[in-house]
Amino acid sequence: MAIKVINDKCKGCKLCIKACPFDAIDMAGKLAVINEACTACGQCIPACPFDAIEKCEERAAEIVDLSAYKDVWVFVEQRAGKLMNVALELLGEGNKLSREIGDRNVCALLIGHKTDHLIPELYACGADVVYQIDDPLLEKYTTDGYTKVMTDAIREYKPEIVLFGATHIGRDLAPRVAARLDTGLTADCTRLDVNTGNYIQYLNKCTTLDTSSLDPNSEDKNLKQTRPAFGGNIMATILCPKHRPQMATVRPGVMQKLERDETKQGILIKVEPAIVRADIRTEVLEVVKAAKELVSLTDAEIICSGGRGLGDPSGFELITEFAHAVGGVVGSSRAAVDAGWIDHSHQVGQTGTTVKPKIYFACGISGAIQHLAGMQTSDLIIAINKDPEAPIFEVADYGIVGDLYKVIPCLIEEWGNAESLFDACSKTAM
Amino acid sequence: MALKIIVCAKQVPDTNEVKIDPVKNTLIRDGVPSILNHDDANALEEALRIKDLYKDTHITVLTMGPPQAKDMLIECLAMGADEAILASDRALGGSDTWATSNALAAAIRKIGEFDIIFAGRQAIDGDTAQVGPQIAEKLDIPQVTYVTEFEIVDKDIIVKRALEDGYEKIKIGMPCMLTAIKELNEPRYMHIGGIYEATKKEIPVWGAAALGVDLTEVGLESSPTNVFRSFSPAAKGKGIMLEGDCDKDVAKALLIRLKEKHAI
Repeated sequence: MAIKVINDKCKGCKLCIKACPFDAIDMAGKLAVINEACTACGQCIPACPFDAIEKCEERAAEIVDLSAYKDVWVFVEQRAGKLMNVALELLGEGNKLSREIGDRNVCALLIGHKTDHLIPELYACGADVVYQIDDPLLEKYTTDGYTKVMTDAIREYKPEIVLFGATHIGRDLAPRVAARLDTGLTADCTRLDVNTGNYIQYLNKCTTLDTSSLDPNSEDKNLKQTRPAFGGNIMATILCPKHRPQMATVRPGVMQKLERDETKQGILIKVEPAIVRADIRTEVLEVVKAAKELVSLTDAEIICSGGRGLGDPSGFELITEFAHAVGGVVGSSRAAVDAGWIDHSHQVGQTGTTVKPKIYFACGISGAIQHLAGMQTSDLIIAINKDPEAPIFEVADYGIVGDLYKVIPCLIEEWGNAESLFDACSKTAM
Repeated sequence: MALKIIVCAKQVPDTNEVKIDPVKNTLIRDGVPSILNHDDANALEEALRIKDLYKDTHITVLTMGPPQAKDMLIECLAMGADEAILASDRALGGSDTWATSNALAAAIRKIGEFDIIFAGRQAIDGDTAQVGPQIAEKLDIPQVTYVTEFEIVDKDIIVKRALEDGYEKIKIGMPCMLTAIKELNEPRYMHIGGIYEATKKEIPVWGAAALGVDLTEVGLESSPTNVFRSFSPAAKGKGIMLEGDCDKDVAKALLIRLKEKHAI
């Protein structure tokens, strides 16, 4: 697929240049020309008022026999004999995809040493089959060791889809495996679809994209892998149409685990690894578990920000306590910095730091434009403010009108109970 | 010790400067500068620190991109790199990570012998973190990603590799691929004399023919993955106001919602 400019129609208005995220369009005289930075993302097509840009769809599809590839595999990452949460989330997602393709096996690929105790949990969380690769050389993760045994297994059993958690280890292993198999890999996916109808529903719900050219009853069984790109400013759906397996890393915390079913049984297939010490060219000298260091605003997953609504500088003591309780970092509005209540290094906004945490708590912040510019792409925004008319509520996912000095202590107290509160709430709902 | 180091870098639009038009929900690219990718600056800095220690070290910066990527290479030279090479060709355009790593691995083979390849963990425009490991695979050398500390001990390298819940200490021989993250170091600025020197240096541009890559290994058409659709994330609508009989109830209601959304 490629993007082409239809020279007869191009008027040289340069609107496409503004729309291009990748600086991939130049002007040659009065004509737009696509340069090599183009990724065929297609952002320029709707931007052109003259319909002068088109995407050339795939040439007559080459015939590649992909029918030998079956099943959905999940790399179930374990560290020191404990499964990563994302592995179980992916088994849940694997079950969804398997139904959409038409009843394929969901298989857990378990690599390590002395991992038998994990197998019942994998069945209970949705694995139909567990491929177990066990060897003393695989006790600790190494790129070389895991890549070797995993590619060998994929070549032998030919899965159609292979999913990894986008953890530091998943993102180290997956590209290596994909390159060795000469297949495609999509990073950090936040949504996966096989069924075109479901994909259209998602687009219609979450975007303004025109879906009229997509057929909801399409027989297409390619994995549609959707991910944020360009610093989260655009979303892209990636296909890997002519290579198998289709491989993706998936962000932790996005997919849904299945309800545990302790009665569920599965099939265990022990795979004999062909691995010797010389295959592994690195040596893990030490694995150290460490409490998270104090992170900066840009890296923080949770930010607790305070503003003028705190009333006086001592309010930041409560904000600090709040941040401490939730594992977050303290931020502030410009007003609070200008008032001398807190150091500029904490300031979020156009003249401060731009942040994109998973959760942003705006406490006593009215929501001036310059502040919003620095935090409005946060995944979830929670505003606590006395004034129900405060503009911050316009961008908040959840708003609480109230006295922050009363609400925040309640949040601190209940924070650790969130799981049981949620469980209690979902039980009463059923 | 006369080490040969190759640094893989990318020129990227500064995605932090991109704004979304709140009405049309489209990207505003006006005035967004192109910069040396952050993690790549850390990769180059580490190479420069080795050179500070071992004066005979030779640093080559390699990038693939459009002709204007030369500006970034001049910046790298001004920071202290010895040599810079640009792989640029229409035929390389639209490459996914598989195809990009083919082109860069070919360029590295053409450069010749090396001891260490430093790359940034990931670029801020694509965020894939795939090209470094895939180059290593094509060159059949070992790798460590997410490097936060680096040390040469005798003939080996000992690095610290960040994990979500701690770190690993890893010993790796040369040649190898290491990918850098921000915690590794603080990149230096260009120095004035360096800028002057840099603009005088010739930067070779290698096309697909010079790289000796087969056209079935690079470019848009050869890439296993391609973009099917792209779109802006939905604009945020007004959220939900939480109410309750007392502050405690409101706090509980919020936590239940956060749990439901898998946010905590």
